[in-house]
Amino acid sequence: MEIPYTVEARPDTGLYNAKFGIWLFLASEVMLFGALFSSLILLRTGAESWPNAQEILNIPLATLNTMVLIGSSVTMVMSWASLKLGRFDRYRLWMGLTILCALGFMVIKAIEYNSKFGHHLYPSTNNFLAIYFTMTGLHALHVIGGLIVNGYLWGPGAKMWKKEPERFTNRVEVAGLYWHFVDLVWIFLFPTLYLL
Amino acid sequence: MSSVNPVLEKQAVQKQVKVYLIVFGALAVLTLVTVLASYLDVTIGPAIAIALAIASVKGSLVALVFMHLSHEQKAIYWLLLLTAIFFLVLMILPSGTVANGTAIG
Repeated sequence: MEIPYTVEARPDTGLYNAKFGIWLFLASEVMLFGALFSSLILLRTGAESWPNAQEILNIPLATLNTMVLIGSSVTMVMSWASLKLGRFDRYRLWMGLTILCALGFMVIKAIEYNSKFGHHLYPSTNNFLAIYFTMTGLHALHVIGGLIVNGYLWGPGAKMWKKEPERFTNRVEVAGLYWHFVDLVWIFLFPTLYLL
Repeated sequence: MSSVNPVLEKQAVQKQVKVYLIVFGALAVLTLVTVLASYLDVTIGPAIAIALAIASVKGSLVALVFMHLSHEQKAIYWLLLLTAIFFLVLMILPSGTVANGTAIG
């Protein structure tokens, strides 16, 4: 059975199905992270005292990680643009860089977590660290999810380019929408957890 | 199949590539501005306003340019409008709880 609307747009939505599907998924993700941001507000406004994040967390390292993730967003969109221009070799390069950036982000995050544990700072230490580890941990899980999908599209999944180039380009676009969302969440996590 | 002229589409993508690089530069600069602004000697209220304003500009750039929301189908806009309404409710809920004096101490 052939899957409908993988390339051509559905008449009612004006979109191919996977694109509408990923946006529905991202809407549910907004609510997931929204619930955690809401919890952060509740915990912080209700607390008698709140730790100074800048004294506990490593701001230069987190700033570097923000740059890495922003960089990965631009390499991701460049990989999609390369396919649109018919340059599969460039796609491989840009997607490879996206994967490297994601790995770099995870390494930096691991260094950060390791440093906290080394100083006996755990999620159970206080409410700030509990919400910090929950939110950054959930975000890191999303980065790992993106890494797996992007790794597949860079490696075995790229075979589709030869037979169905438009469908493959759409797959990369959908993976890109997810990846940009992961970047978007970090853009708000960074100041709220590290700088305020 | 797509009804867009492939030559015109390629030209449009080539133009977009330049925009992507400009946006990348803007995001990098705004990240540094966010960090520098956090060292300003202001109370928590203005500090939150400044940080969230910069984050909103950065988020808008990502959504409008990288996620192509500047030229998307109506179905997506309606979906996001609904999401934004529910998201706002989520953000306002804890404020009501605090106002009633029942927040976690």
